[in-house]
Amino acid sequence: MLLLGIAWGCGSGADAPGQTFTGIKQRGEITWGADLAGGEPFVFEDPAHGGMLIGFEVDIMDALARRLGVKARMVQHTWSQLVPSLERGDFDIVMNGLEATPDRRDRLLLSDPYYVYAETLAVRRGDPYLSIFDLIGKRVGTLNQTYAWDIISMLPMTGAPYEGNEEPYIDLELGRVDGVLLDNIIANRYGCTRAAVRCLPYDVARGSYSIGIRKDDNELAAAINDALAAMKKAGELETILTRWKLWDHRQTEEVGTTQAPPPRGFDGEMVKQFLEAALLTLELSVLAFLIAVPLGLLLAIMRVYGGPGASTGARVYIELFRGTPVLLQLFVLYYGLGEALHLGPISAGVIGLGLNYAAYEAEVYRGALLAIPRGQSEASRALGMGPWQTLRFIMVPQALRLALPPMTNDFVSLLKDSSLVSTVAAIELTKRMQMAALEMRSYLIPGIACAVLYILLSFPLSELARRLERRLSRDQRPHTL
Amino acid sequence: MISVRTLSKRHGERRVLENVTADVTKGETIAIVGPSGGGKSTLLRCLNYLEKFDEGHVEIAGAKLIPGMRGSEPALRSLRSRVGMVFQQFNLFPHLSALGNIMLAPMQVKKVGRATAESEALALLERVGLGDRGGAYPHELSGGQQQRVAIARALAMKPEVILFDEPTSALDPEMRDEVMSVIKDLRVNGGMTMLVVTHEMQFAHDIATRVWVIDKGTIAEDGTPAQVIDDPKTAVSREFFGRLKR
Repeated sequence: MLLLGIAWGCGSGADAPGQTFTGIKQRGEITWGADLAGGEPFVFEDPAHGGMLIGFEVDIMDALARRLGVKARMVQHTWSQLVPSLERGDFDIVMNGLEATPDRRDRLLLSDPYYVYAETLAVRRGDPYLSIFDLIGKRVGTLNQTYAWDIISMLPMTGAPYEGNEEPYIDLELGRVDGVLLDNIIANRYGCTRAAVRCLPYDVARGSYSIGIRKDDNELAAAINDALAAMKKAGELETILTRWKLWDHRQTEEVGTTQAPPPRGFDGEMVKQFLEAALLTLELSVLAFLIAVPLGLLLAIMRVYGGPGASTGARVYIELFRGTPVLLQLFVLYYGLGEALHLGPISAGVIGLGLNYAAYEAEVYRGALLAIPRGQSEASRALGMGPWQTLRFIMVPQALRLALPPMTNDFVSLLKDSSLVSTVAAIELTKRMQMAALEMRSYLIPGIACAVLYILLSFPLSELARRLERRLSRDQRPHTL
Repeated sequence: MISVRTLSKRHGERRVLENVTADVTKGETIAIVGPSGGGKSTLLRCLNYLEKFDEGHVEIAGAKLIPGMRGSEPALRSLRSRVGMVFQQFNLFPHLSALGNIMLAPMQVKKVGRATAESEALALLERVGLGDRGGAYPHELSGGQQQRVAIARALAMKPEVILFDEPTSALDPEMRDEVMSVIKDLRVNGGMTMLVVTHEMQFAHDIATRVWVIDKGTIAEDGTPAQVIDDPKTAVSREFFGRLKR
């Protein structure tokens, strides 16, 4: 782990524009950005030796660096941020399954390909699909920000964007998607090996992985291309790819240039997509809150008035759901218990967020219940009212009034946390923003649209809460200092 | 109506009530007086089981209270609906209007219909001199008005006994009279059985059939106002009343 720690700790200082190759030779080191989360076989931690990085890209990079006369050092970075980080100067180059698409070619220098991949379509065994066109009108999963996503977006089908390699295939098996389109490297390792999954035997498309280099570094690009050519000629690339069981007939065949759709404008269709996403965000939040409030109230009552068993049970629930990330809870609910529960993304999101927020609501209501003077319950009991009547007519109405401001807080916070449901392939507002930014090649307009919609969702709610509060406080003296 | 037998209550080592034995017959008004911390309020609160006790028993309005009554919730509820209570801090429900405060328990506990509950509540408000304030919320009422609503709330359950726990102590002097006159009226025109913990000696003198002086958890002296207040027999009473006069 020590090695990793050092690699993460320090990025390389940026060289002057166009001077990266000089800097590399002076330092005796070339730094390359990649994301370990991409997993086997790209770059990943050696399970046998903690902290050691292995993968075919590590081997290629080491060989390439040797030919440049320097050492190679990997710098960890989130995959989706690799290109912006390269431009910022966090590392010298990017090498991590970076597909050579036209828009990347506009933005960066791309080396000659070091690997030719195919887009492989996986379907459920037993389904009659023979080509990608048989899936028109169906739901097809892939990784977000990939060439496969561009292909799916161009066809009249519903795309389900995922963040991890396993998840789309789990959902394929569970029937949540009807097909998965991904690079053959990922498909062969994570999809085609599953008993219930069948991979179609021909390529939907082909593309290549290239090394990404900053626009000004022509000298470095030339040196890398020379080194790659020499590695191909000497058979070194074939040796490495064979060792990782990646060498196939595609590597020696011509690759046509891959086609990406032209940048999209903020058109009517996109406005519609944004509004749909906003509606989904609202739906997720409202339904989740409708679970969180009654459950939270029940938990609070158990904690405050329950016997030792009920009180401990409620505490365990609260600590468990408050003490672990919502993201983890969503994953467990959707994937972990996927086979037992068969929840769709929306219901999993609603239930997951609802169960999580119930823990927070419970503490808000507990505080409110404890803030009510003792005399209130005594007066109620002295009138002959039972415990439940006292709760229903005296304690809960007063507690809810006290809890209204923090509840409004929690709802607005839930509105934003609902973006986590995008991890189970639901396209809500934040996800739509990321996807639109990709399609438009700009974050500016989608970012503003997203922010405006969130505020349009939360503001009327705060306003409603304010009015409710004012109405409820008819029975209170105005507060002054 | 009420009989208390060898009632004892401890707070850890401290004895709050010690071996209290007393009887109250129907229609009596008992003024409970004595130095602070002597156990007056605790004794009163034991009578409707808002406080638990450790030994002895209480018979009140046909119910029997013994130590450790957990689980006899229905019996407690029926007892409390026959024994009203008025608190020092009024304890009106702030989220309900004066009428709402009075109507709630009859409707929920005795299942009285809304119309009946409302007309009875209005009559009670009239009786405590607040016939026009039914729609007011507690914070809109003065302390004296709040306490009168609280008395009407207790009366709405048609109790056989009402326990008053220092009903005028939280009030400004000018508001005490309005509350005391309502209580007096209950005795004169209602024949209600009442126990009143109070520091108002003149009031105790005027309304009480008997006065209990409570000190250190026991009834130090028990007799008519003329006997106890005007001519105290025990050292405790003499010192207590002597201090008040100075």
